[in-house]
Amino acid sequence: MACELCGDGQNEGWVHDRAEGGATVTRQNDYDAIVIGAGHNGLVTACYLQRAGLDVAVIEKNDWVGGAATSRSHHPGITYSNCSYVCSLFRPEIMRDLELPKHGLQVIPYEGGATFSREGDYLGMYRDHEMLRREFQRHSMRDAEEYERYSRDVTRQCRFIQPLLMRTAPDPTSFHPRDVGELLYLGKKLNDLTETEMADMIRFWTMSISDFLNEYFETDLIKAVLAVSGIIGTALGPMSPGTAYVLLHHYMGEVDGSIGAWGFARGAMGMVSESLAASFRASGGTIVTGNAVERVLIRNGATTGIVLDNGDEFHANRVVSNADVKRTFLKLVPREDLPDDFVERVEKFKIRGSSGKVNIALEAAPEFPQLPAGSPCLKGDMHFSDTIARIEAAYDDWKAGRWSADPLLDMMIPSLTDPTLAPPGQHFMSCFVQYCPPRIEGQEWTDADRDGFAETVIGQIADYSPGFRDRILHMEVRTPRELEAEVGLTEGNIFQGELTFDQLLFNRPIPGYAKYRSPVRGLYMCGSSTHPGGGVMGAPGRNAAREMLRDLKRSPKDMSEPHVVI
Amino acid sequence: MSSSEIAAEDTPDGGGAGQSTNRYDAIVVGGGHNGMVAAILLARAGRKVVLLEADSALGGAARPHALADSGIDSALPQTLMLLHPDVIKVLDLEAHGLSYATAHMPTVALDPERGPLVLRGAFGATIDGDLSDRDRTAWTRLRPKLMRYASVLGGFLTDLPPRLGPTPLSEKSTLGKLGFAIRRLGRDDMREFLRMLLINVADVLEDDLLDDRLKGAVALDAVIGTNLGPRSPTSILPLYYRLAGEIAGAQGAIAQAKGGMAAVTATFARAAEHHGVEIRTGAEVDHIQVDTDRVTGVALAGGEIVQAPIVVSAINPKTTLIDLVGTRYLETDLVRRLGNLRMQGTAAKLTLALRDRPTFTGVSDADHAGRLLVAPSINAVETAFNAVKYGRFSDAPVMEITLPTVADPDLTPGGQHILSAIVQYAPHNLAGGWDKGKAAFEAVVLDTLERHAPGIGMLITAQELLTPADIETRYRMPGGHWHHGELAVDQMFMLRPTHQTARYRTQIQGLWLASAGSHPGGGITGVPGLNAARAIIESGGQ
Repeated sequence: MACELCGDGQNEGWVHDRAEGGATVTRQNDYDAIVIGAGHNGLVTACYLQRAGLDVAVIEKNDWVGGAATSRSHHPGITYSNCSYVCSLFRPEIMRDLELPKHGLQVIPYEGGATFSREGDYLGMYRDHEMLRREFQRHSMRDAEEYERYSRDVTRQCRFIQPLLMRTAPDPTSFHPRDVGELLYLGKKLNDLTETEMADMIRFWTMSISDFLNEYFETDLIKAVLAVSGIIGTALGPMSPGTAYVLLHHYMGEVDGSIGAWGFARGAMGMVSESLAASFRASGGTIVTGNAVERVLIRNGATTGIVLDNGDEFHANRVVSNADVKRTFLKLVPREDLPDDFVERVEKFKIRGSSGKVNIALEAAPEFPQLPAGSPCLKGDMHFSDTIARIEAAYDDWKAGRWSADPLLDMMIPSLTDPTLAPPGQHFMSCFVQYCPPRIEGQEWTDADRDGFAETVIGQIADYSPGFRDRILHMEVRTPRELEAEVGLTEGNIFQGELTFDQLLFNRPIPGYAKYRSPVRGLYMCGSSTHPGGGVMGAPGRNAAREMLRDLKRSPKDMSEPHVVI
Repeated sequence: MSSSEIAAEDTPDGGGAGQSTNRYDAIVVGGGHNGMVAAILLARAGRKVVLLEADSALGGAARPHALADSGIDSALPQTLMLLHPDVIKVLDLEAHGLSYATAHMPTVALDPERGPLVLRGAFGATIDGDLSDRDRTAWTRLRPKLMRYASVLGGFLTDLPPRLGPTPLSEKSTLGKLGFAIRRLGRDDMREFLRMLLINVADVLEDDLLDDRLKGAVALDAVIGTNLGPRSPTSILPLYYRLAGEIAGAQGAIAQAKGGMAAVTATFARAAEHHGVEIRTGAEVDHIQVDTDRVTGVALAGGEIVQAPIVVSAINPKTTLIDLVGTRYLETDLVRRLGNLRMQGTAAKLTLALRDRPTFTGVSDADHAGRLLVAPSINAVETAFNAVKYGRFSDAPVMEITLPTVADPDLTPGGQHILSAIVQYAPHNLAGGWDKGKAAFEAVVLDTLERHAPGIGMLITAQELLTPADIETRYRMPGGHWHHGELAVDQMFMLRPTHQTARYRTQIQGLWLASAGSHPGGGITGVPGLNAARAIIESGGQ
């Protein structure tokens, strides 16, 4: 179905261009652009391109769309958030540009969260500032004071970094006017900072979250809760330098304009992808599911399309891959079409799986006697790791090639907030688990390993929730093995590549190729392997679309200005 | 109440000008090598300088300390690699007796089963041992790359760190120079430099090399003296710092001074005397005297006042500002930053007096004069690091061992030998306390040695293991950290020790910092002392 935006004359111009380019309109499976993979970033790119007047096809190997932002049911009546499970980072500009609310996306902020201590106490997190302050005061008057300073400092850093998310990172080695211009923009932003702000920025970008929190807080429980955002998704421990930045990465999101707030997508995380797919189809795009891309077709150093594993070919002069950089260039592109040093760089790209997921269908709501009855804390993320040392020790297990004996769980029961997810009385529980290695001491995962991994998770929950085991109806256990096999994330890394300095900004994914382009003409990247990285954010997808349209000399007229946080 | 009134009230001798005749142009607090360098430079510039050392001897951490009644001395540092050529030249240290027993110590990566690898020349210019051709080729590419990137950064060791924030362009010239130095690498090398600037050393090694001994040895060299493991992001930086050094004309070389650290200290002391620095040992500073916002001198522990418009503190920056000046003279922000400085040492120091030379398995007689590294693999170093995160010592520690008497037999009377080793990792605050835990750690360390040098236990006539807590007490180094502050990105260059004090100048007029806690950091470099003195002279003494 044509969208109203196609009637503005832009489309006519495009048809004219295409005729000049010599492509035939009549051949089957001919498109202006092909997107490999219907992850959220691939869909974002597809939407923007389609809206700019291109004829776009998205190729997805699974029978469903969404990549790691999917919802499927594995138990009658219960909708799972199979991989990603919370929403915050998704850029509001994209929601608005692509009219996602109209297509079914609604983000519900959640109320709070809790971390249980081994001594029977807990630290509650509340959206209500006053309640949060009182809860902090219950643990430490000093920390409650310091939390104000901490929030202010974190917000200030977010405000600095946030505009960079939606810009292409400049190449510092280049004298191209655009790069110089971007560098000057950065330089000006930096120069506007005071001495203290700039010192704080360097500290924020390089410190460990543990050291960083030690500068503010004295209570172990408070530090443990705040440290979680510094390590989710990374193969680093809270004492590793650079994890304070990861915290920022997780805090840059906003729900309803409040920075750092988190929410659930109503109808589970798949609704993010579903709404993107609906928006894409509404503007005339094509989604082909059920077959994987076998190979990118390349002739004379330029892409001409893709071939599926069933032999079907799809043709386009522009192909953009939503798959991670390793999968794209080591599996889909013939090696002889790439420069050796580029391949070597891709091989060395660090993409370490560090997390697993246990999704549980429950016949009744679990009980946590440590929390007061009816506490809003149940409706947020819950943890059992009450000290940073425990989280760090869990990381030590991962370094040794084992899953953590005492893992860090980020546990949610979204059905307490969103009743559409499960039949009355029943519930869906999502447990994100860190750490979980891509291989066990160098060996492939076995089913027995997977069950052993799940048991550490269930055991930890059952210690705090009497009768928990008896309420389990069904369990979906996903180690990096399953994440790679199903979603296609190499090593099961949820960010499509580590968020360390050597892989951030102009280094992401590969120095010299940080602008969404590749050595193959017409072949682009739009996944989380590119700047600014992972999380259900959509920024890489939008940035990639902007760069592609720039190459086509088309104005991304449906792309609004980046939104600035106040 | 004005701050001068506070000063007059709280420090009875605050307004005591005229009470004393001990007037100098400059006072240097702390007789470590940095203090001596600063004192010498100021004296050379015509200032009347007094150097105050709390201990009975000069040298700071390089001060010789008698090991029981063995007749031998121990000191914290065991090799020279960062002593800056500018310092050697300006102080004319060679004329004052600096010479090397070994100019290029070989580095021996120990492995009792496979036999060692021996890295010869500066940073393994050649490697002996059964190293695969693949690794040899990879090393000939990796080594110059690391040295090149280190020398880009090394060009800034003697620079005044730039000031952050909206400051005059003149104070940012160093940043421009840095940008230019990086650009000069050329496009591809610049990209690689920027990628590898803050990477972890394990990734760099594992990307290119297979041999565990080689990777383990370089990994240990990177993290030695730091609170990092080889897999910690940024762990390449301390390696760059080491490789930025140049000794005996070769970048990345490691030398053993003739006569040991005692001789190095004596060399500095002779230079100080030569230039007319008045040296007072046993002169412990009780506090630094401040009048409103400028320094007037120091008060010694016995109550004596020494006056000068310039006080250069070559002791720990936190001790200087918090303990000797006092928080009431400092801005809140600075006090907070100083309070948050990370300086928890992780290295212990072992000294053994030995009846005879021990034999390390597979190591040739001549190579016993080298640095013997117990770091069998990256994972071994990383696992050793894990313990210290939780306040425990490693039960399989990694070590840098030297036998200085092999190259320099005159160090001991009667054919005895010395074994001097840096042992990682040991926490400053051991869970349960060092009083109870030290014996167990000592046993672990000696067991490790025994595995590499069977029979060494039988040769020991005297031994001393200094934990970071012991180092703190003996050498007055808070946390027992040999850099006087962790060499982390947020405590480096323009942030060392804090952004307010990174240009050696403090918020108190006339008070300057010159210890390893300032840019560029620790080790026997002489650079903080050199940079501080130059900054003082350039500022006209204000």
